Amino acid sequence: MSETNYLTTDYTLRSWFLTTDHKRIAILYFASLIFFFFIGGAAATVIRIELATPQGDLVSSDTYNRLFTMHGIIMVWFFLIPSIPNTLGNFVVPLMIGARDLAFPRLNLMSWYIFMLGGCTTLFAIFAGGIDTGWTFYTPFSTLYSNSYVILAAAGVFIAGFSSILTGLNFIVSIHRLRAPGLTWYRLPLFLWSLYATSVILVLATPVLAITLLLIATERFFGVGIFDPRIGGDPLLFQHLFWFYSHPAVYIMILPGMGVINELISCFSRKEVFGYKFVAWASLAIAAVGFLVWGHHMFVSGQSLVASLVFSFMSFIVAVPSAIKVFNWTATLHKGLLRFDAPMLYALGFIGLFTIGGLTGLFLACLAYDVHATDTYFVVAHFHYIMVGGMVTAYFGGLHYWWPKITGRLYSEHWARAAAVLIFFGFNLTFFPQFILGAEGMPRRYHIYPPEFQVWNVLSSGGAAILALAYLMPLFYLGYSAFFGPRAPANPWDAPGLEWQTSSPPPEHNFATQPVVTRKPYQYNRNFQAEPQNA
Amino acid sequence: MTERRPPLPLVGAWLGLLALLALTVTLAYVPLGAGNAIVALSIGTIKAGLVAAIFMELRHRSGLTLVFAGAGLFWLGILLWLGLMDFMTRT
Repeated sequence: MSETNYLTTDYTLRSWFLTTDHKRIAILYFASLIFFFFIGGAAATVIRIELATPQGDLVSSDTYNRLFTMHGIIMVWFFLIPSIPNTLGNFVVPLMIGARDLAFPRLNLMSWYIFMLGGCTTLFAIFAGGIDTGWTFYTPFSTLYSNSYVILAAAGVFIAGFSSILTGLNFIVSIHRLRAPGLTWYRLPLFLWSLYATSVILVLATPVLAITLLLIATERFFGVGIFDPRIGGDPLLFQHLFWFYSHPAVYIMILPGMGVINELISCFSRKEVFGYKFVAWASLAIAAVGFLVWGHHMFVSGQSLVASLVFSFMSFIVAVPSAIKVFNWTATLHKGLLRFDAPMLYALGFIGLFTIGGLTGLFLACLAYDVHATDTYFVVAHFHYIMVGGMVTAYFGGLHYWWPKITGRLYSEHWARAAAVLIFFGFNLTFFPQFILGAEGMPRRYHIYPPEFQVWNVLSSGGAAILALAYLMPLFYLGYSAFFGPRAPANPWDAPGLEWQTSSPPPEHNFATQPVVTRKPYQYNRNFQAEPQNA
Repeated sequence: MTERRPPLPLVGAWLGLLALLALTVTLAYVPLGAGNAIVALSIGTIKAGLVAAIFMELRHRSGLTLVFAGAGLFWLGILLWLGLMDFMTRT
């Protein structure tokens, strides 16, 4: 450990809450996201306990509605969307491009305060009585009938959106303007390509969500006919506007995860990522084509058949760049010197779970099957395979990978591997039965169901208990390692990226001297040793 | 150090926006049939152009900044194109 690093420059609370250091802001986000993850997780726990029996014997229907809404809103906007970009991205982007900080350090801190303001507003709405619209705020329920705290919760999401925009803006400008000498676009680590693509979506799509939420408030408060057909509105307009943001938001969530997996697969295979340019451009292709598919959420909404056919076709197209990534990761593994450290276990888990999530997405892109599966547990299982099996697994993989860099300490590999395996097992036991439930016709968002569905629900709830335990484990062994773990060397994984060429934890301004990049990323010699990018 | 800009263009743009707003409200009460929507959207486009050129200072920018500003417009076009495709083809 270097004598002074970003953690030891100042110990006061003021130095943390007024910091403009991207690394400290990443830690602020990290702590905040753990908090929100456990709030959202608590709601999921009650939901799964309730669903262990066919009767509604734990909570009322109304409470259940508020629970799944709280789970969705918190997990989507206050955990999944900011998770990798704002914690791991914030920490490693400047390190990976060889910069002292992001382009706009003050804006970065401001984005955290805005995020917390949005989060606290939404939490206030939840604890004041909650929201019962589901995370999608569908009209006319949200504008006409719901008597819950819709506007307050929407205001929280609206505010948090500005935090997303600022982060996206900061990443775009930093990657364009602050790259170290020699760091050309095709020498960028693929994590940066995926964060760049994510940032473009954040900047272009989030304003539409903000406008949509404002329109809900306008109709609910002032009775202006926007979505209500009785006063001249169109009820499907809301769904078009909402999904124009919210489908690309799926890619906001998964693209950073894909970026992390590139780093992990390459490092723990000791090989260059197969087909670097294809993987890089696949990120941008996903970001672009991802804007053309939103209507597949609306196949049974009354949308026109022509529109449904076009959106169905485009949804198949967007699977192509995703498949490129999966095939290239597996090709990277081929003939590599595989090391099954904890980050690699998460990466391998990601590939399998994301593939299942992606392929079942193609089921739902089929018009005929979607009519059968809409609003069933098949959809719930599908998107949890992407967002939890994919994104959260990648987040944990990235967290373990960069943990020695972030804290300067090594964690217990034994416990970390056990947690990774348990998460994979618990996740599949939780969500695979939900595919079967959905195929058999169990609708989502009901807490009372026919007794014949109980076996699969009990299995799912049992899996959720294992998953909850597995998610708690890193809190303890990573927490312990942060204070008592052995000191980490600068490059514990022998990886070639710039972030590993500075001390662990890095000094306040990242590098003692400006690195000059001379190599492509992911270079290993014949003996599988890393060849640093700045050698 | 913050660059001091002559406020004239900003004030002029602000007055222009107010004038266009007044025009929108006035024309809303003139029965033009389908023309009302066309006029309102045209005035809205001019307003957006004023904001982009003067307040966002895009008239002084070039290259990448314009590309990103154009991307915003292009993406808005996607929203309108695919959104309208549904409205226009509903039975």
